[in-house]
Amino acid sequence: MKKSTKNLINVALLALMFVAVYLLEQQFGRRSMLITVLKKGAIYALIAVSMNLLNGFTGLFSLGQAGFMLVGAYTYAVLTIPMAKRAAVYQYYNGGIIGFTVPTIVGILAAGALAALIAALIGMPVLRLKSDYLAIATLGFAEIIRAIIQWDTLGPITNGSNLLKTYPTFKSVVPVFAAATICIGIIVLLINSTYGRAFKAIRDDEIAAEAMGINLFHHKQMAFVISSFFAGIGGALLAMYQGSLQANAFKSSMTYEILLIVVIGGMGSISGSVIASFLFIAASEWWLRFLDTEMVLFGGTFKVPLLRSGFRMVVFSVVIMVIVLFFRRGIMGENELWDLVEKRTKKAKGGARR
Amino acid sequence: MIMLKVTDLKVHYGGIEALKGISFDVRQGQIVTLIGANGAGKSTTLRAISGLVKPSEGSINFMGRDITSLNSQKIVAEGIALVPEGRRVFANLTVKENLKIGAYLRKDKDEIEEGIKDIYRRFPRLREREWQLAGTLSGGEQQMLAVGRAMMAKPKLLMMDEPSLGLAPLVVKDIFSIIRELKSEGITILLIEQNANAALRCADYGFVMETGRITMTGSGQELLANEDVKAAYLGSN
Repeated sequence: MKKSTKNLINVALLALMFVAVYLLEQQFGRRSMLITVLKKGAIYALIAVSMNLLNGFTGLFSLGQAGFMLVGAYTYAVLTIPMAKRAAVYQYYNGGIIGFTVPTIVGILAAGALAALIAALIGMPVLRLKSDYLAIATLGFAEIIRAIIQWDTLGPITNGSNLLKTYPTFKSVVPVFAAATICIGIIVLLINSTYGRAFKAIRDDEIAAEAMGINLFHHKQMAFVISSFFAGIGGALLAMYQGSLQANAFKSSMTYEILLIVVIGGMGSISGSVIASFLFIAASEWWLRFLDTEMVLFGGTFKVPLLRSGFRMVVFSVVIMVIVLFFRRGIMGENELWDLVEKRTKKAKGGARR
Repeated sequence: MIMLKVTDLKVHYGGIEALKGISFDVRQGQIVTLIGANGAGKSTTLRAISGLVKPSEGSINFMGRDITSLNSQKIVAEGIALVPEGRRVFANLTVKENLKIGAYLRKDKDEIEEGIKDIYRRFPRLREREWQLAGTLSGGEQQMLAVGRAMMAKPKLLMMDEPSLGLAPLVVKDIFSIIRELKSEGITILLIEQNANAALRCADYGFVMETGRITMTGSGQELLANEDVKAAYLGSN
């Protein structure tokens, strides 16, 4: 297939997706479960892809994602709360000390930029560590960031451990999809570039990569900063989705959720991460909800055992364990959806290449 | 002309002195081999030349430039490529991607495509497997890929660390005929081998290493005929 036709098909498919999402929203309404899942799924897809860039493509086992999301979420919220509402939000801190408000899009970009800046600073010492040590160090940093944001002295900026709210949010699902699509698109382009190849080479064999003239630290730092940038943007989007924000929600369990999505989708597969995000969010927010409510059958004579609040998480954990035990390569392995389609067409043409 | 001049090179790993001051030259257009037992310091020598370990003393001079303290990126850019021990291909990248990584520091896009075609001409097996993941290749094919990958950097000096390691005898023969072919095209080769017999047969010059020192030098033929070398490395047949 020619490159230009391929691009055309991709653009057409994306346009089709937007039309479909828009129509679904018209059909079911903005507050419907389906649209909620689509919103949150798109945000998680972006965050999962950003984590995959680091863990799946560059082979850096980092667990700092929640920390960078937190930085992004707070940067966005703090910068975009309207002046008129500040006094009410910062009621314990005399209205806070930030005397300006930026437009939404600037706030989102600032969220990514600050997360990236912090990643660059953290990366210098931390990226010299290997595997488990890197994971521990990044996990620690994420916790430190959370503690700092809740620190009372910083209250005039971060509102301490109180809620941040009344910042601008989105109503429709379309802008969320647009933001996520653009960001994931940029990551895909990066991975298919020379840099992306170097990332994968580092993942496969550091020593050989170094012997080929790839600067290990430079590339690791780059992957870390870019991943954090998009995690920051994802954090900002998540803040918008939630409508109010508290640092306490960004615990390490959030990082594990995202890691799980990456593993379920397949380490090193962008489309895998995206598919897994929607499945994960749909399952945890929607499809398994019925497990949380008591059910009485046969005209009130039979009460289904076990069904009660919290049982959903038990079933969910079992599902995840089964996946991790028996489908270790995840849904997609290291393949991409578009590669599979291409392979099939190549085979259909009788080509021996794979 | 002397291409690579190593003078009094010492390397320490922690408190252990792996190289105790070795000196040798590699002349342009020749195959030079370092032979010796495990732990003699052969691989360390190559690692020091390619900048993967820092020497504690001594100097390395390449084409009249001192490269002792350069990092590995600069050394690759200077024109020294390494075929690492155990092949170390990028298992989850395709054959073609592996070759492209070899040309990582080159900026001439069109010539890189030419270079890949050239490698495929040399190793038709790699062309057949262009889209296959390198980890699924056989040992011999992986070694071809490792050589091809190093060639993609357009090296003036190609250093090979145990290219015959773990390969079937027939494949070993192939590898050595590739080495001779590269030489006939004017590429200088520094070869490390435990298979001393095969290495000395194709080498113009050889150095025997023992526990961090060079103990014997001579042309390939001289060393092959030497009684001590025969007894220690070639087996007394």
